[in-house]
Amino acid sequence: MSAAPAIEITGLTKVYQVGEVEVHALGGIDLCIQRGEFVAIMGPSGSGKSTLMNIIGCLDHPTAGSYRLDGQDVSALDRIALARIRNRRIGFVFQSFNLLSRTSALKNVMLPMIYDPHNRLPRGERLAQAAAALEAVGLGDRMAHVPAELSGGQRQRVAIARALINDPVIVLADEPTGNLDTHSGQEIMAILDELNARGRTIVMVTHEAEIAAHAHRTIHLRDGLVEAVVPNGRDLQEAPREAL
Amino acid sequence: MKLSETLAVAWEGLLTNKLRALLTMLGVIIGVAAVIIMMAVSAGTEATIAEQINSLGANLIFVNSAMMRMTPGQPQQGGLVYDDAEAIVDSVATVAGFAVEQQTSATVKYGNVSLDSITLLGTTPDFPSVRDVAVASGRFVNQTDLDRTARVAVLGASLAKELFGAAGAADPIGARITVGTEKLTVVGVMAPKGTVAGQDWDARVYTPITVVFAKYLPSRFSAMMGNSVRTIYLQAASPEVIDDTILQVKLLLARRHGVSLDAADFTVQTQQDIISTQEATTEAFRNLLGWVAGVSLIVGGIGIMNIMIASVTERTREIGIRQAVGATETDIRLQFLAEALMLSLVGGLLGALAGVAGSWVFARLGDMRTVVAPGSIALAFGSAALIGVFFGYYPANRAAQLDPIESLRHE
Repeated sequence: MSAAPAIEITGLTKVYQVGEVEVHALGGIDLCIQRGEFVAIMGPSGSGKSTLMNIIGCLDHPTAGSYRLDGQDVSALDRIALARIRNRRIGFVFQSFNLLSRTSALKNVMLPMIYDPHNRLPRGERLAQAAAALEAVGLGDRMAHVPAELSGGQRQRVAIARALINDPVIVLADEPTGNLDTHSGQEIMAILDELNARGRTIVMVTHEAEIAAHAHRTIHLRDGLVEAVVPNGRDLQEAPREAL
Repeated sequence: MKLSETLAVAWEGLLTNKLRALLTMLGVIIGVAAVIIMMAVSAGTEATIAEQINSLGANLIFVNSAMMRMTPGQPQQGGLVYDDAEAIVDSVATVAGFAVEQQTSATVKYGNVSLDSITLLGTTPDFPSVRDVAVASGRFVNQTDLDRTARVAVLGASLAKELFGAAGAADPIGARITVGTEKLTVVGVMAPKGTVAGQDWDARVYTPITVVFAKYLPSRFSAMMGNSVRTIYLQAASPEVIDDTILQVKLLLARRHGVSLDAADFTVQTQQDIISTQEATTEAFRNLLGWVAGVSLIVGGIGIMNIMIASVTERTREIGIRQAVGATETDIRLQFLAEALMLSLVGGLLGALAGVAGSWVFARLGDMRTVVAPGSIALAFGSAALIGVFFGYYPANRAAQLDPIESLRHE
């Protein structure tokens, strides 16, 4: 394992061309997130947090600046290479879950594995891994259910199992509790806390301060710039790093 | 992504919407079934024709009068005459037998049974062996009948039944029947032969050709030009001498008629020539059917493309999810291509089954012969696969080009 930061961003800009007008979504962001860190990103709508998440998630290219993920410069990779990075190094957890609606929980969790060209495991082995991942989020008895047969909290837990199945460098959570009631939201945050406690790096976008409080620090964005970085009083070094 | 997984994902994609998949396949199903049925019908027709022509007799050469343009003010020129047949037999050594036909139709009466428009065929003694028919009882027209212009008749099997009732009711042999204006004595009954080249051989009356010339078709010119006949059948001694025999017959007839071979007033053909002509006709027919089938397959393909485009739009979110977890352009393209290919292949399979079943039903209900050629199934199936790839590529490519961020936002 390299000692490089999980995410190292310098001078990152993103400019959209909307007709004749240039929209500066990101105006030059510097950001360094260490391995094992839990970082929350907050900001009003239009602050550029979605754009930043898309770039961190390798769904989009920056206009300028550099982005190193786990020591590798990914700012200039082509579409295929970005797809491979998303597959192997990033686990997504979305506000709206984004599960395949007609596919069982088990097969949803297996999805990243079938797109991994390095995964040569036989199908039985994959099924076992996916089943174990669902057990780990407490859904061992719901594997054959399709998303419509699961509650919101259960769906988000399937999504978390899917995000972890290829053992990514970072978990990107975009408003993970946004569509959930308070109780389910707390359950999801408990899972994320536990993942982080075991050493998983998590970057989470939220607009709720109490959700952001689960992170080590909160980065406040405004108008495409970092407005403030606020430590939440949790010390990163206290976290045991079993998974590393 | 492994091929097996691509196929599995595509298959699941189809299973999630079975009714739509089936409706999408309908065009291909109909197209493929149409190809197979039409080819089976035309192959069956062809086989029937070939068999009928072969059953005309072995090593047969047909000499026909060619239609001559008539010059005003002159009697009709040329054409075959009875003497031509005798001249051929006398001078062409490779001719093993011959039969001459001249026919007319007449009303046949016996007792209180009267049958209209019965074919009266004047012919010669070799007819049964040359044309491959058998005499069931009594005898056929012989040379003595011919020489004496004897008023005798040989009846076709079904005609004998109609005139004399079921077997055993009355013995036709020796009975005198009225054919047109003449009374003829029945001397034989033919074995059943069925329909050959559109003519019912069992509903005819045979009589010496000399009787037809003398009593039924007297011609003002016969004394001068001989008795005209429509067809002379020659039987070559063996298949090897057919070509040689044809050449000798042509040269002889051209000399006798005083015409050049280019402007002959007769045609000389073998069964093979007639089969070839038939084949040319059925081939033209088959080409037409091929185009019809091709068009319906293309329409089926457009149906697939249409549904695949709709499916890509509808499943934009799914595509976005797959892209987010690492599907490359190639993965997405192959997935949708595989779906289109499966639609067309499963459609092809169902179409092939429907085609074979349809051919069987046609044969049963339509009373026509059908021959399902394995080649036609392969052809139809192959075209279906090609169409799946061709019409599936555009929607698949469109899916692959989608932007993951846009797709994930898609509702």
